[in-house]
Amino acid sequence: MPDKKNGEPGDAIKDLAEFIVEKLGEVSQGFEFIQDELIINVKPEGVCKTLQFLRDNKECGCQVLIDICGVDYPERPERFEVVYQLLSMRQNHRVRVKVAVAENVLVPTATGIFSAAGWYEREVWDMYGVMFEGNPDLRRILTDYGFEGHPQRKDFPLTGYVELRYDEELKRVVYEPVQLSQDFRSFDYLSPWEGMTDIQLPGDEKGTKPEFGWKDSKAS
Amino acid sequence: MGDAAENLDMGEETQIRPFTMNFGPQHPAAHGVLRLVLEMEGEIIERADPHIGLLHRGTEKLIEYKTYVQAVPYFDRLDYVAPMNQEHAFALATEKLLGITPPKRAQYIRVLFCEIGRVLNHIMNITTFALDVGAITPALWGFEEREKGMEFYERVSGARLHANYIRPGGVHQDMPDGLTDDILEWCDGLPNFLGDIDNLLTNNRIFKQRTVDIGVASAEEAMDWGFTGPMLRGSNVAWDLRKSQPYDVYEEMDFDIPVGKTGDCYARYLVRMAEMYESIKIMRQCIEKIPEGLIKVDDYKVSPPPRAEMKTSMEALIHHFKLYTEGYHVPAGETYTAVEAPKGEFGVYLVSDGSNRPYRCHIRAPGFPHLQALEFLSKGHQLADTVSNIGSLDIVFGEIDR
Repeated sequence: MPDKKNGEPGDAIKDLAEFIVEKLGEVSQGFEFIQDELIINVKPEGVCKTLQFLRDNKECGCQVLIDICGVDYPERPERFEVVYQLLSMRQNHRVRVKVAVAENVLVPTATGIFSAAGWYEREVWDMYGVMFEGNPDLRRILTDYGFEGHPQRKDFPLTGYVELRYDEELKRVVYEPVQLSQDFRSFDYLSPWEGMTDIQLPGDEKGTKPEFGWKDSKAS
Repeated sequence: MGDAAENLDMGEETQIRPFTMNFGPQHPAAHGVLRLVLEMEGEIIERADPHIGLLHRGTEKLIEYKTYVQAVPYFDRLDYVAPMNQEHAFALATEKLLGITPPKRAQYIRVLFCEIGRVLNHIMNITTFALDVGAITPALWGFEEREKGMEFYERVSGARLHANYIRPGGVHQDMPDGLTDDILEWCDGLPNFLGDIDNLLTNNRIFKQRTVDIGVASAEEAMDWGFTGPMLRGSNVAWDLRKSQPYDVYEEMDFDIPVGKTGDCYARYLVRMAEMYESIKIMRQCIEKIPEGLIKVDDYKVSPPPRAEMKTSMEALIHHFKLYTEGYHVPAGETYTAVEAPKGEFGVYLVSDGSNRPYRCHIRAPGFPHLQALEFLSKGHQLADTVSNIGSLDIVFGEIDR
C-alpha cells in the first residue's frame, strides 16, 4: 500500500507500472503517477486487452472494476477521457486506466470482462455520448425517457434546455423550454488577488510562493 | 394477458405467455423510486430491468459550478441515510489535492460520526428489509433508536440529516460539552436494542424462509459484479477499506471484519448486524482516545477563522469573506479517494484544474453496481424473492441516481 502521508508512490507500485506497460506493448501509451495513484494510458482499441491483462495477471490481480467514468476536455482534439478504476483486493492496490477518445469514436465494451461494466458504460454514454462497441444494452440510464443531448458535456448548459410541469388543463406532464426568472450567474474568480494561481503578474517573481494554491505559469 | 380466453382453448397443456410486470416507481418495497420491469414466466423472474434515474438531480454537474465548500452539502443528499460518510469521502479527496492533514481531534470526531452513520444506516436497512418481508415490529423499534443517533447529528451540526459537518480541513465545529457522555450512554443501550432485533429476526422462521438461499452470490461473482461493503463480505470476502487502506484514525482502532459464509440475503443481514457491534466498539475507542486540540487546520486560507476573532480582526474578516465567496483554489491534479461507507465503497474521483471549482467530480456510489446485479440475483427466483433481494441490496436512490 502506498504511503498516503507523503504523497509519493511506493517502489512496489512503480515496478508494477513498468511491468504492466512493458507487457501491454503497443496499446499502452505509458504510465504516470498523479499524487501516489497509478494511471495507465491506453489507446481505445487496447481497452479490452488491458483490462483482461490487469484482471488475469497474477501480479496485477485487479478482479474488481470499481468504476468507469467520463471526463470532458473540449479543447483537446481527443475530447473525452474514459477512466476505469480497478482494484486489486489480493495485492491491495488500485490502478486507473485512461483512454482518450474523440467524438464519434467507438470504445470496445468491457462487459465481456467485467459484468459490472454494463451500467457504468451506459452512464458514460448517457452523460457524455461516448459509444461502447459491443455493449448489449446501451440505453440511457439516468436521464428522462426521450431526453436529448449529453448533460455532462462542458458545452451543455447547467440549466438544461427543457423543463417540465404538470398541466392541470391537459391533465398530463408538459415539456417547455427553460425560462429563468433570473439570469444564470457564473462568476469568474480569476481576480488578480492571491487566489489567482495560473497567471504571473509583473512583480510576482519578487514575492514568495504560497505553500499551496500555486501553479507554475508554464505548466498550464 | 388479454388473450387469456385464447389460451384456455388449448386444452390441458395450457401455455402461459411470459408477461411483463411493472414494479414501482411508487411501491413501498422499492425503497424509493425504483421502477422495475419484470419479465415473468408465471411466478418466476426471467428478466429484471431496473429503470433508474427518477431521482436524478445532476449532482456531478452542479458541483462543477460550485466552490469546494459549496459542494459539501450535495454529498449529504446522496445517501441521505448516512450523510456524513459521504462528506468524509469528499473531504479526504480535497485534502489530498490540497496536501493538508486535519488535526487529530478532527479525525477522531469524523470517525466517531462515520460510525454513528453506519449504525443509522444498518438500523434503517435491517428494519425496512424486515418490513418488506413481513415483520413490522423491528421498524417501529428501530426508528426510535435511529432518532437518538440523529439527535447527535443535530447537536453537533444543527441538522438531523443534512449535516454539512465534515469539511475539507477538519470538521465545522467542535462537539458541544457532554455530547461524548451521551453517545457513550447510547452505546451502552445499543447492544440491548440489537439483542431485541436479533430475537425478533435471526431465528425467526418466516424471516429465514424469506432470506436463506435467496439471491446467492459467490465470492467470484460478487467481485465480478463490483460488489463492495456488506454485499461483498456476505459472500465471504474479508475486505474492508477501513482495514486495508485506512484513512483518518481507523488505523488506531481495534475492530473485526465480520464475513458471511453463504452469500445470500440472510448472510448479508447477519453481516450488517455484526457490523453494528463493531461500530459500537469503534465509537467507544474514539471517545476514550479523543485528544483535545484543534478541529480544523490552522490555516485561514482553507478553514474560516473563529467568529469571535472576526469581530476584532480585519484580517480574519477578509479571510472569512474570501473563503465564502471565492473559496480556496485547489492545485491542479486528480485523485480517486474512497471510504468504506455503510453500503460499500463510496469513492470520489476529483479532477482539479487549479481553480476554485472542481473540474470534474465523479461520484462512485456503492448502490449503483449492487442494483445492476439485481437481475443476476433474482433470475429464477419468485417475485416475492425480488423484494427480499432489493431489501438486502441496501439501496438508496439518492446515491444511485445522483
